[in-house]
This record gives sequence, structure tokens and C-alpha cells, in this order.
Amino acid sequence: MATLTKERYKLGKFSGTPVALDGATLVAHAMRQVRPDVVAAYPITPQTVITEAFSEFVANGEVDTEFIQTESEHAALSACIGAAAAGGRTQTATSGPGLALMWEVMYVASGSRLPIVMHLCARALSAPINILCDHSDVMGIRDAGWIILLAETAQEAYDNAIQAVRIAEHPDVMLPVASVMDGFTTTHGVDRSEILPNEAVAEFVGVYRAPYSILDVAHPVTVGPLDFHDYYFEHKRQQLEAMERAREVIRRVGQEYGELTGRHYAALEPYRMEDAEVATLVIGSAAGTMRVVVDDLRRQGVRAGMVKLRCFRPFPGEELADLLSGVHAVGILDRSVSPGAASPPLFSEVSSALHQRGHAPQMHSYVYGLGGRTPGPAQFRQVYEELQAGKRAGAEGSLSTYLGLRE
Amino acid sequence: MMLQSWKELLPGGVIREPGNSVAVETGSWGITQPVIDFQVCVHCMICWIYCPDSSFLVREGRLVGVDYDHCKGCGICAVECPKKCIAMKEGAKSQPLGS
Repeated sequence: MATLTKERYKLGKFSGTPVALDGATLVAHAMRQVRPDVVAAYPITPQTVITEAFSEFVANGEVDTEFIQTESEHAALSACIGAAAAGGRTQTATSGPGLALMWEVMYVASGSRLPIVMHLCARALSAPINILCDHSDVMGIRDAGWIILLAETAQEAYDNAIQAVRIAEHPDVMLPVASVMDGFTTTHGVDRSEILPNEAVAEFVGVYRAPYSILDVAHPVTVGPLDFHDYYFEHKRQQLEAMERAREVIRRVGQEYGELTGRHYAALEPYRMEDAEVATLVIGSAAGTMRVVVDDLRRQGVRAGMVKLRCFRPFPGEELADLLSGVHAVGILDRSVSPGAASPPLFSEVSSALHQRGHAPQMHSYVYGLGGRTPGPAQFRQVYEELQAGKRAGAEGSLSTYLGLRE
Repeated sequence: MMLQSWKELLPGGVIREPGNSVAVETGSWGITQPVIDFQVCVHCMICWIYCPDSSFLVREGRLVGVDYDHCKGCGICAVECPKKCIAMKEGAKSQPLGS
């Protein structure tokens, strides 16, 4: 590998080495390259590939991480908390029910302001038992105080995994990050991606300098003390502030990563939105299908656009309102449901963000892909047809249209 | 004690200053507090051993009083006292230290 210089990064000419790998293995490479001090995890489908591949890197001596295979996900995240409080760069990985078992500890990680990075392979929650992709697990942690980044492809999962370290460990932030990719579609699908040289990643993420360590006997600290009515509220307010500050850090890290690789990242990724009249908002791997549909419609003269949401927490309400300011109607695609709620999670978020800013185009709610039912282009085309017509078919008495459901 | 605002606090509830629980008065949690009858007390130190909050004050091998700033009023001392000379009373904080 040729010598890498900072100047070269800035030109964005650096393209990396092409590889044909599944998303999970590619993310394991990202973990190897950011060199965490500790990784604690428990295998669960479809995340297992990540822990398998990473433990192999450890066994082969390719990375000097302390890898702990714990007895459960609750224990895995707890071990991460201990390691992070000791000042280590710490990571874990999980899926669906594993994330559900971590739930209690999720709040301990964010409340203790520990910059743990989790690679989350989205999976439906049982029952009925299901191992395939939807976003029920992701939406279950939306209030847990974690930054949530979502990838469309294996490449984005790799890129987010590297950026997540910088975002989490930034002194203005110090919050855990969940880096999400869709189970199977992204974790197991083999795709062409580009992998950075080890030195480039090492330089980009730098060395983590923890503000304290529970193992530093010369400077003792108490982590996780009792915090009642006297201080708990103030600590939560600090967390809210850190999440707000994360917006700018995510933006800057995405820009810097773009200078390094040519792949620029922001909270939102608009596609053919310049003059769009009808648009959709999607997260995760479905964006690929939607992009094809948008291109088809554009060829037919329909002013269709798409916005892909990359960052769910913090939610980019301001930017989304700007992007949708000229749009007549928008379809919001949720891959999870919230029984009894006013609307599905993503729709609720968008609706709240747009109404607060006094600008709301027509908003239509679509639910798709639960339990791994991957929608085809025909279903997404139906969304645009309904947006153009200004009405939804077959959704009487329901806020949402269920794409691909047998009625 | 002056409480800090969210802008002044260390993030995450981290405490840098060791042993600062002395400054946190937890005595307000209790409803009743132990009152010692020093006419009966034989200074056996059973209360001192059992107290989960180390709130019995001892000077030169003799029990001299209760640290009401940290006693939470659990009443274990009153139950365990072999001389039954500890009574749990409301408003006992004003009791002067024994000699």
C-alpha cells in the first residue's frame, strides 16, 4: 500500500480496496480496524457473523482486543459498561431479542455517558418467532438515549461503524451509538464494497482518551452513584444537551469521512428531490428499491423524489422540513408498528417535526416489510401512485396502508 | 448544601471527589430516630456493630451519641440493643450528644 498522507485524504481521491463481502463480515473488518480495547458480545442471528468473524481476527492475532463472549446480551452490554468506565474503547453487536435483553442496560450506558458502539443487525421481535428483518428492535430503543445511525448497504454499515467511534467519543457528545444495518438483506447479502487501509482508519478514529478510568487509583472516581430527586433531572438535561450537540459532530465527521473516502455522509440523503412533487421517506435497505422506482417514475415524467434517513437519533427535523418544503405529498415508510399509537414510529416523528415547523405537506403512512417480507418495486410504485392521486386505496379506517399484506 | 445546576455537574453522575458522601445528609429520609438512654446503656457496642450506616458515635471506647445527619431511622439498633435502652422517636435530631 502506498504511503498515505493527509493531503491525499483531503483530495478525496482515496478509494480503498474493493472487496466482495457480506455486510456483517465487512463490519467485523471495521471493528478490527478501529481496534477496540474490549468487545463483549453474545451471538444471535443475524448478528452472529459479526462476532464469529471478529473473534477469528482476535484468535489470529490480527487485533489485540480483549474479546469477551458473555453468558447473555444483558451481560455483554454490562461488560461493555465496565470496560468503558475503565477508559477503554468498547463495542458490542446484537440483534432483535438480544437487544431486547439489553434494554435495561441501554439506559445505564447512555445515562453514564459511555461512548460504546453497538453494531445492530435489525431483526423482528418475537412472537410469533422470527429471525428476519424489520425495525421493531431499532424503534424499541428510540428513547434510550443512544445515537442511532442506519445503513442502506454493507458499505454504509462499514462507513457508519468507523464514523460511530468518532461521534461517540467526541468530548461534546460522549454518548453510545447504535450503528444499524438490516438483518440478512445487509448482513448476509454479498456486495461490492471498498475497505480502507488499516492505517487510514487508525488515523481517522485516533486514540480514545477517556475523561477518567475507574482503574486509575491515583484519581479515584465513582461511576453510577445513586441519583435521586436532587440530581437525576439535571443529569437527564445534560444528556438531552449532548444529543443536541451530536448533530453538529455527526455532520462534521460525515464531511471529514467524505474527504477521506469520497463518500460523504449527512443525517439525510435526498435523491432527486430538487423539483420533486411527491416523495417518500425511507430507512435502511429499502432505499435501494425505492431509488430504482424513483428513476423509473422520472423516466415517465413523474416528479418523484426520495429522502433516506440515515440518522434517527438525533432526529433531523429541521433539515427534513427544508427538504420537503416544496413537496406536495410525502409517503412515510415504517418497517415497524406501535399498536395503539397515534401512528407508527417514523410517521409520528416526521409528523411532529413538520407540524412544529408550521410546514406539513400531505403525509401518508405506509407499513411494509414486517418479519422480513421484502417489498418489491411494484408496492413502492403503488405508494407514488397514491401520493399523486392524493388518496390511499384499501386503507379505510386505518391511518396506515399495509404494503404487501394479504387482506 | 447548595445544589448544582445541570451546566455545572460532571456528566453521567460521575463523582471525582472521593468520600464526599459525608457531605450528603441522608438523615432526612427517616421518620423516627434512635434516642439512647445513657442511664441504662452499658456501652456494649452492639448498636455500633449492627448499624448499617455507621451512625453511632464512639469516643474512647464509649458510645456518645448518634450521627443524625446520616442515620436513616431503620431501627435495627433499637431491636438489637440487649439493654433495650434505644427508643425510636420522632424529632430526635435535637437530642444533644451524650457525654
